[in-house]
Amino acid sequence: MKFSGFRVVAEALRGHKGWKPLWRDPAPQSEYDVIIIGGGGHGLATAFYLAEVHGIRKVAVLEKGWLGSGNIGRNTTIIRSNYLLPGNQPFYEFSMKLWEGLEQAINFNAMVSQRGILNLYHSDGQRDAYRRRGNAMHLTGAGAELLDQDAVRRMYPWLNFDNARFPIKGGLLQRRAGTARHDGVAWGYARAADLRGVDIIQNCEVTGFRIEHGRVQGVETNRGFIGAKKVGVAVAGSSSRVMAQAGLRLPIESHVLQAFVTEGLKPAIDGVITFGAGHFYVSQSDKGGLVFGGDIDGYNSYAQRGNLPVVEDVVEGGMALMPRIGRARLLRSWAGLMDMSMDGSPIIDRTPVDGLYLNAGWCYGGFKATPASGYAFAHLLATDTPHETATAYRLDRFARGHVIDEKGVGAQPNLH
Amino acid sequence: MLIPHPLLGLRDAQEFTYLGDARLIERPTSGDEAELADYVFQRDNPAGLHRELWFHEQGDRSWLVVTRNTLTHEILGAELARDVSLARKEGTA
Repeated sequence: MKFSGFRVVAEALRGHKGWKPLWRDPAPQSEYDVIIIGGGGHGLATAFYLAEVHGIRKVAVLEKGWLGSGNIGRNTTIIRSNYLLPGNQPFYEFSMKLWEGLEQAINFNAMVSQRGILNLYHSDGQRDAYRRRGNAMHLTGAGAELLDQDAVRRMYPWLNFDNARFPIKGGLLQRRAGTARHDGVAWGYARAADLRGVDIIQNCEVTGFRIEHGRVQGVETNRGFIGAKKVGVAVAGSSSRVMAQAGLRLPIESHVLQAFVTEGLKPAIDGVITFGAGHFYVSQSDKGGLVFGGDIDGYNSYAQRGNLPVVEDVVEGGMALMPRIGRARLLRSWAGLMDMSMDGSPIIDRTPVDGLYLNAGWCYGGFKATPASGYAFAHLLATDTPHETATAYRLDRFARGHVIDEKGVGAQPNLH
Repeated sequence: MLIPHPLLGLRDAQEFTYLGDARLIERPTSGDEAELADYVFQRDNPAGLHRELWFHEQGDRSWLVVTRNTLTHEILGAELARDVSLARKEGTA
């Protein structure tokens, strides 16, 4: 079933009776070439690129709950490639390019909208740091523009430019950044993978690994043993729990990040804006709600819910940036589990167990990375070599001293 | 969250800053590089009971070892990190 404008018209004429479920609900087979643990964005993208790019179709995605029930459906939908360090920026720019062709590649409307992201600066020092970041972005072709206060005023005249403590002096704009429909990304990858023969098995929890002579043989699940030549783990938020079953400790703490949405409003914000003096980012969904978030709560948590002090901190950031947000009523807030790594950057690598591969440590920036993460992880699983944009994401980089610390705060996950 | 400070009673967790796993008290002294890398970077990160270091920055500036459930955020107890450290040294002496 291929989606197209013609198909929509044809279905409208016959009462929409021809639509079918987007993916099958298969029983697990006894053996696969590759098992992906985790039916979120990264796991589903990995399965898609394994089948599409590498022709490996005997693949299963095992999901403990329902498809996309984790962070792929809990984020604030921002996509961007505005990183600084050489280990990161080429990877995120590769992701941005995959976003730009995603809907054609998977034949699914993921509502990718390149509405631009504006990072505001509030001091001379911050402006200089953003100029440097913009230059790093130009090196990979990501594009960046440093705006002065007048240019920002023309874009968003209602921002609080004259805040006594944090006056807005300008911003760094990446026009190619934007948002995507997060659930649509999961569904689109799932459907495209399923069409290429991948088995997506929901309500299938991995309870252990079968490892013989240092090599993985398969996984134990609540639906029985499933054999596999290779197993890829993409369960950010719960990486430590899953990998502990293989006897591995990780350079990761699980933290909780909250997000918020207001009632639906008329068009108010046409891009993504981030506050540079605190931690606050906001965009408007196509349904009209202002979607925003801020810092993690800052302590280890697997609770998928946060506490009120951070709610207060986030909305204070919002009020400092754009006082008119105070007139909007909050509709919902929720939280997701973040794999906070020790340097704030992810891990896509082999593990000490042969045939067991790890995709983890996405901190609170995993959504924008979804396509490149899947692409690079599929490349690693298929070829046993890292993808050229992901060579820095080694599991042993911490012990070797090759950390990728964008914020330069050291091995303190709640500061990244 | 309210933290039951052994000296000051129930205090708002907002008065504290969070460091992480209480095993950070046990800093290795052998000089072995692999052991130190493990200490700095690797974490157990359990789902359930977690003993962790909180610093009473906006209070009496003591370090506490708080036992908390990471699945529910329930706090089960707090001790002075100094006492924990001294007890540990006595145990090994």
